[in-house]
Amino acid sequence: MASPQPRIGVVMYPGSNDDHDALWALAALDAEAVPVWHEERELPDLDAVVLPGGFSYGDYLRCGAIARFSPATAAVKEFADEGGLVLGICNGFQVLCEAGLLPGVLLQNESLRFICRDVPLTVERDDLPFTTRCTRGQELVIPVKHGDGRWFAPPELVAELEANGQVVLRYAEPCNGSVDDIAGVCNERGNVMGLMPHPEHAVDPLLGSADGALILASLVEAARDRAISLA
Amino acid sequence: MKATVLVRPKSGILDPQGAAVETALEHLGFSVAGARVGKVVDLEVDATDPAEARAQVERMCEQLLANPLMESYEIELHG
Repeated sequence: MASPQPRIGVVMYPGSNDDHDALWALAALDAEAVPVWHEERELPDLDAVVLPGGFSYGDYLRCGAIARFSPATAAVKEFADEGGLVLGICNGFQVLCEAGLLPGVLLQNESLRFICRDVPLTVERDDLPFTTRCTRGQELVIPVKHGDGRWFAPPELVAELEANGQVVLRYAEPCNGSVDDIAGVCNERGNVMGLMPHPEHAVDPLLGSADGALILASLVEAARDRAISLA
Repeated sequence: MKATVLVRPKSGILDPQGAAVETALEHLGFSVAGARVGKVVDLEVDATDPAEARAQVERMCEQLLANPLMESYEIELHG
């Protein structure tokens, strides 16, 4: 029997602009990619959810601060509380932080410049649903494109996250001024992750790197396992 | 009742915008230090009692207007 195609939703907020890239990349990695409109109060039947990059609600007040109130975000929170897999990319990461699903906050880049380039990352965890295709210590090259990507948390929270192993990815060289060069974190339970780099822009060698596919394919695989276990 | 909320980056948090403003002021010939850039939110609260108005605005700050990880806030009420 062919293994089932996992259904992965991508939330489309007003101002999201990497939603179609995420849908395309997930489909290319053999998932059934399902667009989810931000006004949906209930998620369709899904095995994982991706919050895409962009500028939801114009990034008014603070990045991700308004998207937190959208009906779809409330549904995603419920999905995550039940153990569902949630990946936030760039603006999606900012939304997850503002919604309290992930620790910390993303501030304006130290340089005040919008950074748009491929960056080397170091994998810190290879045992999460988002990183099983990676190896600890492996270097991935994935592009970033953000003005507000400087991850910050107070020292005591950073120490707690480091001790819990919640730092998933680090910039291999200074990028935007993030505390401890942190590029991606997960929640304590390990079912929600956010990262500033864009794996959906690096799933084909023609685009310069296919390293992003390691993260997204890990998610697709974990979602497939979940689909099988729930079937 | 009218209220003004001042939202500031917490002390100790790097504020590159403040640093850029400071440098620009220095270019204009001003001798300045410690410039920090925050936000002002003016609003009208549906309350006539100052204590009630302040309590409402405090809840607004905690739930939306400021992110307690990085920002502090100050509330001013105007008759």
